[in-house]
Amino acid sequence: MSLDATIRLKRDEFALDVQLEVSAGETIAVLGPNGAGKTTLLRALAGLVPINGRVELNGQVLDDSAAGRHIPTERRRVGIVFQDHVLFPHMTVLDNVAFGLPHDSTRIAREWLERAGLGDRANAMPRELSGGQAQRVALIRTLATEPHLLLLDEPLSALDVTIRAEVRRELSRQLSGFHGVRILVTHDPLEAIALADRLVVLEHGKVVQSGSPAEVTARPRSRFVADLAGVNLLRGQGRGDHIELASGTALAAPEAGDGDVFAVIHPRAVALYTSRPEGTPRNVWRGRAEDLDLQGERVRVRLSGAVPLVAEVTPSAVRELHLDAGAEVWVAVKATEVSVYPA
Amino acid sequence: MVLAGLGLLLFLLPLAGLVARAPWDQVGPALIAPETATALGLSLFCSLSATAVALVLGIPLAVLLARTSGTLRAILRALTTLPMVLPPVVGGVALLLAFGRRGLVGAPLYGAFGIQIPFTTAAAVIAETFVAMPFLVIAVEAGLRALDPRYEEAARALGATGWRVFARVTLPLLRPAIFSGAVLCWARALGEFGATITFAGDLPGRTQTIPLAVYVALETRPEGAIALSLILLAVSLAILIGMRDRWLGWL
Repeated sequence: MSLDATIRLKRDEFALDVQLEVSAGETIAVLGPNGAGKTTLLRALAGLVPINGRVELNGQVLDDSAAGRHIPTERRRVGIVFQDHVLFPHMTVLDNVAFGLPHDSTRIAREWLERAGLGDRANAMPRELSGGQAQRVALIRTLATEPHLLLLDEPLSALDVTIRAEVRRELSRQLSGFHGVRILVTHDPLEAIALADRLVVLEHGKVVQSGSPAEVTARPRSRFVADLAGVNLLRGQGRGDHIELASGTALAAPEAGDGDVFAVIHPRAVALYTSRPEGTPRNVWRGRAEDLDLQGERVRVRLSGAVPLVAEVTPSAVRELHLDAGAEVWVAVKATEVSVYPA
Repeated sequence: MVLAGLGLLLFLLPLAGLVARAPWDQVGPALIAPETATALGLSLFCSLSATAVALVLGIPLAVLLARTSGTLRAILRALTTLPMVLPPVVGGVALLLAFGRRGLVGAPLYGAFGIQIPFTTAAAVIAETFVAMPFLVIAVEAGLRALDPRYEEAARALGATGWRVFARVTLPLLRPAIFSGAVLCWARALGEFGATITFAGDLPGRTQTIPLAVYVALETRPEGAIALSLILLAVSLAILIGMRDRWLGWL
């Protein structure tokens, strides 16, 4: 089983242009900022919005605009779980689950609920459920129809942080027992990394990066990914032993290559000094601490100056350097700490 | 403040007059008089029939309105809401010209089957439906537009086809809107006067509903008119109180 989709669509100012190949048993997380087109992509795969392109699921062509073929949503083996469950408010939990089953089989619905430990909620109305329970019922309602493609639209984001972990564990368990193609849309990197085998980063309707979570975070190709990986991302022209940044500043890096390149600097590799440091670091410039943010054992310092960066230092360093918002500092980055790859 | 007070008085005084001047000792006899019972029964029959017809025709119309957009929607909407702003008498004249014996539809109907609509109970029902159905259509259409489309999408993704989605998900979720629309429609039908008297005439036992009976009785036996008016007032109050959660949250 597998999904092979080429989806293009245009709506007002927004254009989506995505190519996806997913094999069965694989969970893909589509990550991206708000407005990137994540939900539209899911709706297109479900057949809820017309597309230009082709969608093939397990050899069955669901959409082929060139051949004028479009299988409507209700005849696709596609299940969707929405952000806020969308259980039918006028039906019991049992009837909700039975709705998608042949002959509205309450017997099979009950079995599904029992297996998920929700058997005692069968006769409850959706409004009587907790947020976590409602989302679990919504997942079961969809899984019970045995879809070949499971689409999850931010399935945890409407839940309280306190129960999110619990529902995520359950989701992870249910997903491993599901043998079709799984696509999860989220803007929460933790959710993506915890549940997905592969990340697809969507920005402005286009895939900017895809790969395993480790691959994607090691070599961010956009500001969004760099932020979620917590690293500094710079872009410029490779000049052999240095990179010429857009601002004109030269950033020394041993293997800068040539042409358009990305450079990643981990915040811990950014050192701060009160006076100009002597010795090895080849990248030294003046900077100004814009704001400080305590994160666990470290303090993240956002710097402005020739090269805007985030530095991560220890609380004791903050004291020794008399760092505060507005403080002028010397910023140093060892050339060997700059990792470069082609853009 | 003064103007607001005057506004309120305009509403309040006639009601006060009606209640104060009611010949209470004669209300009882007037209520059980046979002609009152006939008019009341006919009114209930006609208004409930009109509401039923409005439900059968108005809900699909509301769906059509809610699912179209642009110019077509503007035209459809204008057509459906026209009877709300049209003077009912004009509506009655229009109905007469359409369904009358020499009317657009009435002539062939009479020629082929000998069916004659005006001045029958059916005409009273048609007149009431004509005037009252827009209230139902507007309420149901508003309900449809307020409905989260994802309920229908979720139903489709669970394999439900168009009709099943409508019957099992859309209609039940619209129940509050349909209910309030039907009540408004019924109340409007119950009070209908102008279109009915023009198109259906004033035939006791056949087309003389309470509003018509009130008008006629005012000339001959005012106490009967007052008694009938009190009935309509009581019905209106009952509707207001019954629907207070929807319209008057604070009552």
